[in-house]
Amino acid sequence: MYTLSSKLKVFAGILFVVGLIMTVFGFINSPADLAEVEQMLEKEHHGDHHGASTVNFEDATNDHHNTHGEESHGDEAHGESHEMSHAEHVYHQLTNRPWSAVYVAAFFFFMIGLGVLAFYAIQKAAQAGWSPVLFRVMEGISSYILPGGIIMFILLLISAFHVNHIFIWMDEDVVAHDEIIQGKTGFLNIPFFLARAAAFLIGWNLYRWNIRKFSLKQDEAKDGDIAWYKKGFKHSAAFLVFFIVTESIMSWDWIMSFDPHWFSTLFGWYVFASMFVSGITTIALVTIYLKSKGYLEFVNDSHIHDLAKFMFGVSIFWTYLWFSQFMLIWYSNIPEEVTYYVTRIEDYNLVFFGMVAINFLFPLLILMNSDFKRINWFVVTAGLFILVGHYLDIYVMVMPATVGASWFIGLPEIGSFLMFGGIFLFYVFNTISKAPLLAKGDPYLKESKHFHY
Amino acid sequence: MAASNKKLHVMYTDDDVLLNAVKQVREKHYHIEEVFTPFPVHGLEKAMGIADTRLAINAFLYGLVGLAVATTMMNYIMIEDWPQNIGGKPSFSYLENMPAFVPIMFELTVFFAAHLMVITFYLRSRLWPFKKAENPDVRTTDDHFLMEVDVKGDIEEMSRFMYDTGATEIKVIDKEEH
Repeated sequence: MYTLSSKLKVFAGILFVVGLIMTVFGFINSPADLAEVEQMLEKEHHGDHHGASTVNFEDATNDHHNTHGEESHGDEAHGESHEMSHAEHVYHQLTNRPWSAVYVAAFFFFMIGLGVLAFYAIQKAAQAGWSPVLFRVMEGISSYILPGGIIMFILLLISAFHVNHIFIWMDEDVVAHDEIIQGKTGFLNIPFFLARAAAFLIGWNLYRWNIRKFSLKQDEAKDGDIAWYKKGFKHSAAFLVFFIVTESIMSWDWIMSFDPHWFSTLFGWYVFASMFVSGITTIALVTIYLKSKGYLEFVNDSHIHDLAKFMFGVSIFWTYLWFSQFMLIWYSNIPEEVTYYVTRIEDYNLVFFGMVAINFLFPLLILMNSDFKRINWFVVTAGLFILVGHYLDIYVMVMPATVGASWFIGLPEIGSFLMFGGIFLFYVFNTISKAPLLAKGDPYLKESKHFHY
Repeated sequence: MAASNKKLHVMYTDDDVLLNAVKQVREKHYHIEEVFTPFPVHGLEKAMGIADTRLAINAFLYGLVGLAVATTMMNYIMIEDWPQNIGGKPSFSYLENMPAFVPIMFELTVFFAAHLMVITFYLRSRLWPFKKAENPDVRTTDDHFLMEVDVKGDIEEMSRFMYDTGATEIKVIDKEEH
């Protein structure tokens, strides 16, 4: 049995409180009204050294106006709503910023839980012989989809009640003047959107709830009685079918709909790869942590080696999907698709390409060597890079659509990351402390204990 | 030096027995020249104390060569030698048009890594089409295992030891006769 150390509790608590304070400051710092932004821009115009950045601002806004005008407007009658002043535009971006920061961090930690759950289901359905010793770790991490899912749903509700404007298609004024979004309202309307989100969250949590219960019941079963194991196997197989459909739709809803004019067919897979690799990385990090504290004496180097192989392989899989999406759109250069990357390359150049380098080159070079995959600090280093890289990945998926060129990684971004990180750590380790760390009823446990690569 | 040319060919019919025998023979400090098996026996190279292969390191270096070949080739052809405007693709610098080159860079990396590694393997293992087979006993390709050990000391005593390790058959071979 693992007992939650008070050090960890305090650490998670500090993360949460510091993060919360930073996030709240992020909200306070965002401009209260249009006049404030106008003043701010005025100042920037007068300051000489700010000249360059102001020009960028204006270019970006002009571009935005032009594409809007071309895509959605033929008739002049609606012209006035798009004659939004530069200051108004920046004002909207700045008010969106703390909300988007919270959203990105909330989604990032939620997707780790979900990725681990998918990995767990795959291990169960594939009857993997190596991983049963890690099942309790996976059950612990995936438990975060309950609080994380509730947080996500609350965030979606907040947007649905028009408290913020991060989902542009939820704004009726915008939709009224936008024929492209109008054509999509059959899918992108608030009641259906929330109903889908609720259905997916309930489905995933239901599986997680059941599989944990089955796993604990299997521990208490008599020798040779594997009824609960078989039940878990069937549920896992069914869940995987459900998951791949719902995960796809979730990625359209929760991320792709930030850019309602844009679409990509492999987007669901791309988001999946991101959550899968972050999930596996988190399993490896938590396992290494618990092992270093002496709680997982039955986990050997070969288990870590296998996890590191997964981190390596799925990182490359993620890169493959990232590149496939990017290259197809770059190559054909169709205006309605390519704006997605134009904004990212122009306004987010360093984060956008830096994130690819972190997520591809680091795991590739650090984890290629077979010996390195058995050295814990190598795996931890690669793991931290992967997690930061995938946070940035989600960041550049969401931010360009909500805050555009007014982005910065500052108080609200770091703050909300720390805040949800604190909740995540506390909840995950709390769940891990609730059950023995060895799923002793699993029929593959013996093989897993002796697993050797 | 005559004694060192004498070899014992010790046969086994089971891979577990073979593995144990290899360990015992090495503990006795007899020198195992070679082991012939019909299929890969897990842990045999470890039991025999054979050093790890460096084939993977070779493959990595070959991959880098492939990447360099692809990059120089396309940079020369598409950017330096004749930078045409083909369908509006930017041919001003390699970086600007790189996404279009990535599939070839990837494939050539894999091509070089794979093929050169295989050729390295053939060279190092001395395998080629008309090579004369070095098989000491045809049964070793079917269901027998053969351990070739240098004779050291008394042959009688050594064969008795080999029988105790579970050998089914022991032959003394004089290498010079071959």
